[in-house]
Amino acid sequence: MPEYSLKINGKKLKVDVSEDTPLLWVLRDHLDLTGTKYGCGIAQCGACTIHIDGVPSRSCISPVTLGIGKEITTIEGLSENGDHPVQKAWDAIDVPQCGFCQSGQMMTASALLKENPNPNDEEISMAMSAHICRCGTYHRISDAVKLAAKIQKQ
Amino acid sequence: MKNNRRDFLKNMLLTSGALVVGFKTLAAENAQIIDLNSWGDELMSNAFLTIDSQGLVTIFSPNPEIGQGIKTAFAVIVAEELDIDWDKVVVKQADLDTKRFERQLTGGSGAIKHSWERLRKAGAAGRYALVEAAATKWNVSPNSLKTDKGKVINDKGESLSYGELVNLAVSVTLPADIPLKSIKDFKLIGKTIKSVDNKAVLTGKAIYGMDYKVPGMLYAQVIRSKSFGQKLVDFDASEALKIDGIIAVKSFGDKVAVIGRSNWPIMKARKLVKINWSAAKELESDEMHNRIFSDLMVNGKFETRRKDGDIDQAFKDAHKIIEAEYQCPFLSHSPMEPMNFFADVKSDSVRLVGPTQTPQSAQNQVSKLLNIPVENITVDLTKMGGGFGRRLNNDYALEAAEVSALVKAPIKLQWTREDDMNGGIYRPAVRYKFKASLDKAGNVTGFMLKGVGLNAGNSTRQDNFPVGAIENVLVESVDYKSDISTGPWRAPITNFLAYAEQAFIDEIAFAAGKDPVKLRLEWLKKVQDKPVGKITYEPARFEKVITTAAERAKWGNAKKGIHQGFSVYFSHNSYVAQIAEVELKKGKPNLKKVFAVTDCGIVINQSGAKNQIYGAIVDGLGHAMYGNLNFENGAPKQTNFDQYRLIRFNEVPEIDAHFVDNGIDPTGLGEPALPPTGGALANAIFKATGKRIYKQPFAIEDENVADIL
Repeated sequence: MPEYSLKINGKKLKVDVSEDTPLLWVLRDHLDLTGTKYGCGIAQCGACTIHIDGVPSRSCISPVTLGIGKEITTIEGLSENGDHPVQKAWDAIDVPQCGFCQSGQMMTASALLKENPNPNDEEISMAMSAHICRCGTYHRISDAVKLAAKIQKQ
Repeated sequence: MKNNRRDFLKNMLLTSGALVVGFKTLAAENAQIIDLNSWGDELMSNAFLTIDSQGLVTIFSPNPEIGQGIKTAFAVIVAEELDIDWDKVVVKQADLDTKRFERQLTGGSGAIKHSWERLRKAGAAGRYALVEAAATKWNVSPNSLKTDKGKVINDKGESLSYGELVNLAVSVTLPADIPLKSIKDFKLIGKTIKSVDNKAVLTGKAIYGMDYKVPGMLYAQVIRSKSFGQKLVDFDASEALKIDGIIAVKSFGDKVAVIGRSNWPIMKARKLVKINWSAAKELESDEMHNRIFSDLMVNGKFETRRKDGDIDQAFKDAHKIIEAEYQCPFLSHSPMEPMNFFADVKSDSVRLVGPTQTPQSAQNQVSKLLNIPVENITVDLTKMGGGFGRRLNNDYALEAAEVSALVKAPIKLQWTREDDMNGGIYRPAVRYKFKASLDKAGNVTGFMLKGVGLNAGNSTRQDNFPVGAIENVLVESVDYKSDISTGPWRAPITNFLAYAEQAFIDEIAFAAGKDPVKLRLEWLKKVQDKPVGKITYEPARFEKVITTAAERAKWGNAKKGIHQGFSVYFSHNSYVAQIAEVELKKGKPNLKKVFAVTDCGIVINQSGAKNQIYGAIVDGLGHAMYGNLNFENGAPKQTNFDQYRLIRFNEVPEIDAHFVDNGIDPTGLGEPALPPTGGALANAIFKATGKRIYKQPFAIEDENVADIL
């Protein structure tokens, strides 16, 4: 199998996988970065969301080859000490129930806030409706995105 | 110091009978066995906690955490009675330990109700012993001492930390009746407390079942027949085995396992396995289910669940009769983490690790399956990405054990989303027929409910309100044995029954010319005066949630253009009233807000409790609106979230969650707020549009409500 070099969370890593292997499984099965979750495999639920060059992307449908030469960020690399504004806000609002979808939710929220530091309700809804939370934490996700925007400004 | 602790503890055990007696008093009472030696280095311990000589408190939460907040809630209760600094507590998920814990399962919203007193006692035992120890040290009466944040404080304001006292405290004999705090002295219970798992979850470090790994572990996925009712004939894996990373393809029972070094090659290889399936009889479909329902509703041999008075006479004497039929489809649980489990089967032992709501049942079933004694089987619990009842059934854990035994290697068995959605154990499809009789004055004289289910068991809850308020009642059910497997789905049976019943009661109120809230209060007055037959609910608590909800939502005085629908349910031992508010937008109903008033007794944690109310309402709305699993040739048509619609961020209304915090011993919250939701929404839609909805999902029943939320 071919060897690929990837830059993930600032580190250069090598994997031997077939060229069609989705980044999701590269991260989870080969690099022990299990914070990125498998939920549907068809880009519907958002649990596998990572940043590729800062753009929120569904790792379940992104083949390893798409990551070559790019900066890949996963939940483990969102901040060094778990203190990214969205992580702080998610904790302060006490968002998670089962928590499984939340790394994906936070990756989308953090990308949104980077691009648009003052999102309005509609913009938040547009971004976050791309995710599914089976526990129904949507009200708190909404509050947390708004709080994260405030924290980001400080 | 640390190395000596265990020896010290052993010496204490040998020399101090009091220590053993002390904590065994508690143990015997709770039917738990406390083996101090099994606790490692910690000094002071019982089933739920340890305190070391540095004062570090660890609380063990035995019940599987599936997102319902039990891990935090249990720890709060222990910490409250122990009176420690919450910020310094370490909370751990306990693995299966049948000697230490009872009812180590998640189901029926029953954990808090079951464990409330024993958790308090576990904490109170620690505080009692520590206070006694301090009293001895200071040579004062224990009554002159108080505790706060992990310290015992005397009347001079001097304090000793728990860590300083544990050496002495372990030899304190505990009384049979350990004194508990008075509710008014609670410092932690009832506050807003964040989940103890936040840090791990929010940094991606929490280990869910899917994330658990050991060196040398292989991965496996299992191909099951897409159609229920089919058997495996034979298979050809020659093409699949050519995929790089595939180790073996083996059949067991009617399933074929594909084993490999990682998930992706397996996902590719399983598509290449050629399998022949056979079916002995007609494969099930929606069309067949419709036939069965229609036939059984008329000709079924119904089992009588409840009979009060004479229902036939009531219908004969009726001034008016109201009838309605309601129906719902099968539903998949679809927790965000698809089923998976780790198993490492050795010749005479098994190690199981993963997400399950019933670890003991996994242990027992694997023991039977592999003929290995239960004492040689361990079950460790990981974080779980939801459950909703799906993980009560351990089929996937058994598969992991079976495949591990087949290939003689540690296995992580992973279901894909498609496996999860099509693999069965669904919420059963059910139909209800309701019939009620009114006299001239509009009083309800008779109430009949017939339930027909496909693998639903008893599809009624025959002793629940409004039964008890009506003279003549008949409740009966019939069940069809379908090939499609079913199981409990969050708020089993009531997740649909409550909707049907609450919608029907709204119809009765309309026909009787009565306000739906007043009708229920009238009924409850009757129950309070003289209930008809046996009842399971307390009418006063019912009344309180109804009147509180009506007040909060200004029932009857809503703003112009707002249409309100009411619903209330005695719901898995808690009481929940809901009022949904709908607005018409271009002639279509649009859900704006849901008020929920809940009586679950004492609220342990405001944050966790509200999370459960929001979540259950969102769940109730989403499945009432969109949840649908159709069958053709024995297989579900929906295979993933592109076809099986779950509610999303932009589809939820505002929610007002209020608790009647009445000091009564607490009951659960995982399920209670779901059952009333569909009814409140349907009744508000009726107010707004004049249209009754009889089928779930609403969005398919009527295109006018298709984009309601």
